Amino acid sequence: MILSKLLTELDWRGRVFLLALAAAAVIVPVLNLAIPEGSALNVPTYAVSLLGKYLCYALLAVALDLVWGYCGILSLGHGAFFALGGYAMGMYLMRQIGTRGVYANPILPDFMVFLNWKELPLTWWGFQSFPYAMLMALVVPGLLAFVFGWFAFRSRVTGVYLSIITQAMTYALLLAFFRNDMGFGGNNGLTDFKDILGFNIQAQATRVALYVATVIALALGYLVARAMVTSSYGKVLIAIRDAESRARFLGYRVERYKLVAFTASACMAGVAGALYVPQVGIINPSEFAAANSIEAVIWVAVGGRGTLVGAALGAVLVNWAKTWLTGAFPEIWLYGLGALFIVVTLYLPKGIVGALSEWSARRQDRLASSAAAEAGVGPQPAGAE
Amino acid sequence: MRFARLFLALLGLALAMLAPPAARAADLDAAFARIATENFNEIEAAIGDLAATGNDKAATALQAMTDGALVYAPATKGVFIKKADGSFLDARTGVAPAEAPFATKPVRVNNRIRRALEAALGSLTLLAPDPAKRLAAAEAVFKSRDVAALPALDVALAKESDAKVKRVMTQARAAAILAKPDATDAEKVAAIDVVAERGDQDALSLFANLRANGAPIVKMAAETAAGAIERRLAVLSSVQNVWYGLSLGSVLLLAAIGLAITFGVMGIINMAHGEMVMLGAYTTFVVQELLRTRFPGLFDWSLAIALPLAFLVSGAVGVLLERSVIRFLYGRPLETLLATWGVSLILQQAVRSAFGANNREVGAPSFMAGSFDFMGLQITYGRLWIVVFCAAVFAALLFVLKATSFGLKMRAVTQNRRMAACMGIRTPWVDSLTFGLGSGIAGIAGVALSQIDNVSPNLGQSYIVDSFMVVVFGGVGNLWGTLVAALSLGIANKFLEPFAGAVLGKILLLVFIILFIQKRPRGLFALKGRAVEA
Repeated sequence: MILSKLLTELDWRGRVFLLALAAAAVIVPVLNLAIPEGSALNVPTYAVSLLGKYLCYALLAVALDLVWGYCGILSLGHGAFFALGGYAMGMYLMRQIGTRGVYANPILPDFMVFLNWKELPLTWWGFQSFPYAMLMALVVPGLLAFVFGWFAFRSRVTGVYLSIITQAMTYALLLAFFRNDMGFGGNNGLTDFKDILGFNIQAQATRVALYVATVIALALGYLVARAMVTSSYGKVLIAIRDAESRARFLGYRVERYKLVAFTASACMAGVAGALYVPQVGIINPSEFAAANSIEAVIWVAVGGRGTLVGAALGAVLVNWAKTWLTGAFPEIWLYGLGALFIVVTLYLPKGIVGALSEWSARRQDRLASSAAAEAGVGPQPAGAE
Repeated sequence: MRFARLFLALLGLALAMLAPPAARAADLDAAFARIATENFNEIEAAIGDLAATGNDKAATALQAMTDGALVYAPATKGVFIKKADGSFLDARTGVAPAEAPFATKPVRVNNRIRRALEAALGSLTLLAPDPAKRLAAAEAVFKSRDVAALPALDVALAKESDAKVKRVMTQARAAAILAKPDATDAEKVAAIDVVAERGDQDALSLFANLRANGAPIVKMAAETAAGAIERRLAVLSSVQNVWYGLSLGSVLLLAAIGLAITFGVMGIINMAHGEMVMLGAYTTFVVQELLRTRFPGLFDWSLAIALPLAFLVSGAVGVLLERSVIRFLYGRPLETLLATWGVSLILQQAVRSAFGANNREVGAPSFMAGSFDFMGLQITYGRLWIVVFCAAVFAALLFVLKATSFGLKMRAVTQNRRMAACMGIRTPWVDSLTFGLGSGIAGIAGVALSQIDNVSPNLGQSYIVDSFMVVVFGGVGNLWGTLVAALSLGIANKFLEPFAGAVLGKILLLVFIILFIQKRPRGLFALKGRAVEA
């Protein structure tokens, strides 16, 4: 019921987006599974995983757009939430390896045997269970965001200060996860996964299933974010973005509104990370690098902040360009990315989707006024009647 | 047996000291004649004789013998040192012989001979003419606590004139007495007093055994002495931590001080700040390369030449950046952050394309090499210069801000842009130049950091988070705050390191800063004002 209500209330942009996702969820698996290999129409399995990876990034971008586009919180630490979700999934996958590891220890992952650890640390408790691991992929980033946001928003740390301390947060986590003593594989991270839910993670069917799961997660994430920003809660959020003090003086508990958005966004990023790890097959501390978080911001900026659809589009476009450019001209990619940052902020502040909708709005205005001119009636100034 | 022989040798040595020089030369000849044989016993005795002469020719010959380069001609009984190129030196005179000897045989060596050689060389170096060599030999005896070296030490002590070497020799002698099984308690207590003067880790480890199982009076003396040394070492290690912290703090300050201008004074989030530092470091590299190939004599001046150039290069890039990108983004700090991040990526890749991705070697001029001892504290000249340099940069910057007309205009624009414009200040110019100043100082920091860090395209990335932390912690818009923040973070880091390890210490500091900002969102020394929102 809620879903149908949501769907009927969608604007055309959202409908196109969901339709495109639905098409992607159906067409790509069909082209991969039903069309024989070697045919021109066949989508190879690696491409399916690559697309799945882009869509994980898209979900991260939607999460980021929720806080940046609608609440004005420029988080440079969303990569950390993404990576934490990824680690939760990675830990589940490590436990599934069991005796197939190099040291064939039924309980301990290889790196712990290597470090001469005798038993599983407490942090790994319960990660052999998939539901628990997925819960952790939601809860751990959410909890971190809640605690971090609770401190930060309560003491009114805003703007660039918030950006800088979110960056410090992800930097601290980066350093922490590099340590072997943390028990998360240190420098090498977690890799060599075998199974997910009993299915071989390398198998074609599993990869397609993971891809479809990612499409569904992205659609759901979009709908949740969309529901949040179109509700009355979302209106307050936008008010806070545009004039925080005024919203506070009007009696809204600004920090609570921000905290809800920040936490929800972190959970969403965690899910994206959890879906990302089985598709790329590795998670290591470099995912916490500040550069990753900032790159995610540029996806949102390219697509158009405050549009949700644009964020997802930007993530897919930029990453597709990255794959293509790093393959074709590895030297050029960083120039391209750097230029993208500059050009988008200088000339395309509303991003692709924002610019497009502005352009179409202007065109409709022109059409309306020319139609009115043909009818011999000029546009009436407002309030003339 | 070995000791007895050595003792005899040293006795000979002592006698040789008293004998007139002519007699000593005769001894040397006789000893060399004696070594030219097949008989191990004779060779061993000859080594003792050689050591007894205390002559540096003897030392050279014995050293050559350990390297297997001492040969003799059985026919003439001449002894020679065979050099690596096949030519010979007469071991007696140290000059090349008139005619090359033929049918030479190496002087035979076995394990017994080798031991005798080592002992002989040890006592010979205690008597070496070079005080540094004597000092090293005395230190070696102190470390080895070789009882057998006692007689040699006594001889050497009697002859020693250098006060420093003499002190170390006395300590070495005391250490040997402490190790001597038949020393009396009184001797031992006296020795403990002598060793305690050193007051270092070596002395402490020497006492460890005595504290556990010595005679009661020796035990007590060792306890007291060790306690004093431990207290002294504890104070020393805190002082050392403070010094290391100051040195780390000045590195942080150098990296952050330019940012204190661009971010602190102008409010621009310049994510490309680290790349300005990197450009300064690469300028140093280029200057050094040019000097190396064109004017090698000027190499010691390379840093002095690089400083103004680095300021100009980074400053020019900064002004260009301000004119072409940042000025369109005033009032939109988050967008500035993104755009300058893009600039930083481009600069990194540009440097990578031009100089390659690998680390570049930047040499240290001679005045920055080495170290000196300050009240038991090892201070390297490199660290010292960086601290001094950092203080100089800070002072210069304060001078520019407080005492020049440009500084006055800059502060006016920061405080009230419109009023400053009304007074006829060209605010866009001031903006550009201020940004250029901040970037130029980053470039200067790069010259200093090239001495202690790897010069690679990623140099800037490693400082950017730290620099922002320092500026935010110290309070935006306040140079003194930046100074205090950088030094206190540096010192705190060095004090945390022994407990928590380098990485965990850094994490703890980051967490501390994050929490601190919650408490004081505007930093340690916030500018007072009534603005609700910046």
